Amino acid sequence: MTDKGSELRRDGDWAVLRIWGEVDLSWSQDVRRQVLEAYAKAKALAVQLDGVSYIDSSGIAALVEGFQHARSKGGRFALLAPSEAVRAVLELARLDRVFPIYDDLGAARSG
Amino acid sequence: MNETNAPLIEVVGLEAFYGRRRILHGVDFSVNRGEIRVIMGGSGSGKSTLLRHIIGLQRPVSGTVRILGVDVGRAGAQELLAVRRKLGVSFQGGALITSMSVGDNVALPLREHTQLDETTIRIMSRLKLEFVNLGGFHDLMPSQLSGGMIKRAALARAIVMDPELLFFDEPSAGLDPVVSAELDELILRLRDALRMTIVVVTHELESAFRIADRITVLDQGDILTTGTVAEVRASENERIQDLLHRRPRSVEVDVDDYLRRLTEEDA
Repeated sequence: MTDKGSELRRDGDWAVLRIWGEVDLSWSQDVRRQVLEAYAKAKALAVQLDGVSYIDSSGIAALVEGFQHARSKGGRFALLAPSEAVRAVLELARLDRVFPIYDDLGAARSG
Repeated sequence: MNETNAPLIEVVGLEAFYGRRRILHGVDFSVNRGEIRVIMGGSGSGKSTLLRHIIGLQRPVSGTVRILGVDVGRAGAQELLAVRRKLGVSFQGGALITSMSVGDNVALPLREHTQLDETTIRIMSRLKLEFVNLGGFHDLMPSQLSGGMIKRAALARAIVMDPELLFFDEPSAGLDPVVSAELDELILRLRDALRMTIVVVTHELESAFRIADRITVLDQGDILTTGTVAEVRASENERIQDLLHRRPRSVEVDVDDYLRRLTEEDA
C-alpha cells in the first residue's frame, strides 16, 4: 500500500471511501472529486478515516462539501473512525459536533 | 510533508541598522519544527526588526537568515515566493484590506496562490473564521469590526493556507483577557492539530508563559537568553528580571554616540 491514497468500494446501499496517509493541498482536490463522484453511484457515503495521519483544511473542506451535498440531495453522509489527527482538526472548527461520526459502517447504517 | 530535524528558522550573526543605529547585534536564533517560540522584549528591543528579517521583508546586511532551508538573503524571487507561500503572518495592526469584506480578505491568499475551486476556497476561508470565533462574519467590512475582531480576522487570513510556519505579532495587545486566553488556546491547538511551527512576538508575560515551549528574550538588540518558561523565570539576569517585574530600565548613554546621532548630517 502506498503512503497515501484512497479506495472506493460498495457495501450494500453505501459507498465507502477509505482515505489514508497525509491529506493535504497536493491531492485534496482528488478526494473532493471522489466524494462528489461517489454520490453519482450511491445515496449514502461513508468516508473511512482511521488511516489518516494528517489532514489540512483543504481536506476538511472536501468532507464539508460532501456532507452539504448529501443534506441538499436527501442522501446520507458519515465519517467512520476518524483518527486522532483528524479529530483534532475537526474539533478546532467544532465540526465534531456537525458531522455524523461513527465507529464503523454498521453503526452508521443504524444511526 | 518534509520531516527533517533541521531547524525551520536559522538566523546566524544577524546585524541590522537604522541609519547609524545598530538595532540587532549579531543575533543567533533558531526554531525547531513544531515548536512554539515566543520572542519577548520591550519596545526598541529589536524584536520587530528580527521578525521583519525572518519573514523576508528585510534582507540581512550582515549575517544569514535561513527559513525552511532557504537562505533568504541569497534566494531568487521565485524561491522567496515559494517560501512565503508556506508562511503565515498576522501583523499587529491586522493589515486587512479595507475595501474588501472579511471573507474576501481571508480568502485572498488562496485566490492568489492556489488553483483550488471556489467552493473549496469558500469553505476553507470560512472554516478559519470558525477557528477564530468569527463564524458568520464573512460579509462584514473591516471598518465594522472591533480591534479584537480585526486581530482575529487577520489571524484567520494568516492561517488560511495552513502554513508550516506562523508568525504572530502581539496577539494579545489591546484584547480583553477572555479573547486573549482564547487566542492562546488556539495557538496551542494550531500547533497540535495542524502541525504549525509558531513564532509569537509579545510583551504579555502571562500569554508568553502559557504558550511558549521556549522564550527568547531580546534587549537592545542582543539576545539575553533563550530557554523554557521555567528557565527564563529563574534567570538571574537583571534585565530579564526587570522585564518580568515590569521595572523601568536605566538606559546607558554613550555620550559620543548620542552627540553624533543628534548632530551629524548622515547619522
